[in-house]
Amino acid sequence: MTTVVTLFGVALVVFVVIRLAPGDPIAMMLPPGADAEDMARLRAAYGLDRSVPEQFLIWLGGVVRGDFGTSISLRQDVGALVLDRLPATLELALLALAIAVAIGTTLAVIGTLRRQRPAESAVDLWNGMTLSIPDFLWGLIFILLFGVVVPLFPVSGRISPALDPDYATGFLLVESLLRLDLRVTGDLLHHMALPALALALPLSAVIAQVLKQSLKEVMHLDYVTLARAKGYSEIAVLFREALRNAVLPTLTLVGVQFTFLIGGTVIVEKLFSYGGLGNLAIDAVINRDLPLIQGIVLLFAVLFIATNLIVDLAYAALNPRLRHG
Amino acid sequence: MVRLWLAGGWLALLLVAAVFAPWIAPQDPLAQDLFLERLPPVWAEGHEPGYYLGTDSLGRDVLSRLIHGARIALIVAILAGGAAALIGSVLGLLAGYMGGWTDRVIGRVIDVWMSFPPVLFAILLVAVLGTGLHSVIIAIAVIDWTRFARVIRAETLAQSRMDYVASAVVIGRSRLGILATEVVPNVLPTILVLLSLEMGIAVIVEAILSFVNLSISSDDPTWGGMIAEGRTQIHFAPWVLVAPMVALFFTVLAFSQFGEGLKDRIDPVLR
Repeated sequence: MTTVVTLFGVALVVFVVIRLAPGDPIAMMLPPGADAEDMARLRAAYGLDRSVPEQFLIWLGGVVRGDFGTSISLRQDVGALVLDRLPATLELALLALAIAVAIGTTLAVIGTLRRQRPAESAVDLWNGMTLSIPDFLWGLIFILLFGVVVPLFPVSGRISPALDPDYATGFLLVESLLRLDLRVTGDLLHHMALPALALALPLSAVIAQVLKQSLKEVMHLDYVTLARAKGYSEIAVLFREALRNAVLPTLTLVGVQFTFLIGGTVIVEKLFSYGGLGNLAIDAVINRDLPLIQGIVLLFAVLFIATNLIVDLAYAALNPRLRHG
Repeated sequence: MVRLWLAGGWLALLLVAAVFAPWIAPQDPLAQDLFLERLPPVWAEGHEPGYYLGTDSLGRDVLSRLIHGARIALIVAILAGGAAALIGSVLGLLAGYMGGWTDRVIGRVIDVWMSFPPVLFAILLVAVLGTGLHSVIIAIAVIDWTRFARVIRAETLAQSRMDYVASAVVIGRSRLGILATEVVPNVLPTILVLLSLEMGIAVIVEAILSFVNLSISSDDPTWGGMIAEGRTQIHFAPWVLVAPMVALFFTVLAFSQFGEGLKDRIDPVLR
């Protein structure tokens, strides 16, 4: 119920805000010198001649039935356009999440095993730096370092045009893996590496910090001492006992932070000319394509809310205190 | 302690550069000269005297644009950060102290606000408000007040359960009086720490908006605009990209380290 209220609020805010926009999308569509009658006809065709509350209700009625309207600048169905770009953004965001979890966990484990040694200070210093530098700057740094100084990675696009496959779904990475089309997989990963890493670094620092803190607390508890007394090595204790119990606070935080990461895809996709939702969104705003902007922002809101829901469910599944309840 | 001084030093340097930009900058930041295009920095072969960090593809002096860009960055940081802090803190204080339906309404608005991807929201707002520095500042304040509101609400909630607030109620002080003279001074340090972080965010958002060409006109020297120009020249004149990137990097790092350093100094538990 709260979710529905939030979504309705998002839809309303977006709708009202973009209708305050100066600039007439219809005037931008027609060649200069089009007569007033043509403009009126086109405006009626897009429903822009009605009052704003009326437009909102018509649009909302359509959304409930799965009809998001027609893009003004691209003249295609908004639902289809957005769903066409969604897989690219989802794959990028999830790859970034996986990288962030891998780096963050590794750093937290190193910091915990090497407590009060130079390695821990190094981990803290690195975290402090990665945390304060946003994805946009990391993207630029990587473009410069690995695109120009040592050109190891491509710095624009999702896939080499020559390899662009004719797949059934837009989830190219997943589908190429399932089809064992490894050349395509490799090329996709090659293109995604830098933008995904740029998105992942700030999140990895958050994970490392919080997980390290909770590991530190857990490593002093009785059951960990017991495991040590039984003769388990420090590494075994950490992986078999401590990690499982320290992961909960991190999980909640990762949920919130992952929504920031999804938001970050907008500018990182632009930076790397990656053909996802973010790039589509920026073009839509610049073209004042009202139906398209509405559709994209609503989809982002759904992604944000879905993420929080998944985290809540995962938390309940992992927390023994909430189980069997 | 060290990082507080380092960060503060960089920010002070930036402030001096911003205030005295017209006197410090060696060249006119807008002057184009096609005979001087893509000059390398002073330590490289083929440089011209007076153009210390080289020139861009229109022959404009990179260092002078960088110095004038600091002006725009700091104006946005101070005004947008300040406005976001003011709106967010007032709403956070009200929600945390009044409770009840005030808290519920403000909490719901925060939830809706945070369901927008911030960068997309900023681009949308600037498109609506029209490009220009004032739009950038309004957009940042309108989006980022939630960062203050959420934290200050929680902090106020904790403070208003403290004994000193209860004693003030007992001696018959008014609710607003208690909020202003007892609670506000105790959440002020948190507001200052958040403000420092927010100023760093504002600088980045301004750079992003001018990168997608939605800030002030693309002729005016902004770090984001320089980055956008540098991104296209990356293979011919990498210094055009490197200079504003380095400035942005240190400025963002300085604001966040200044905030962290402040937190360590202010928080009695950590001291």
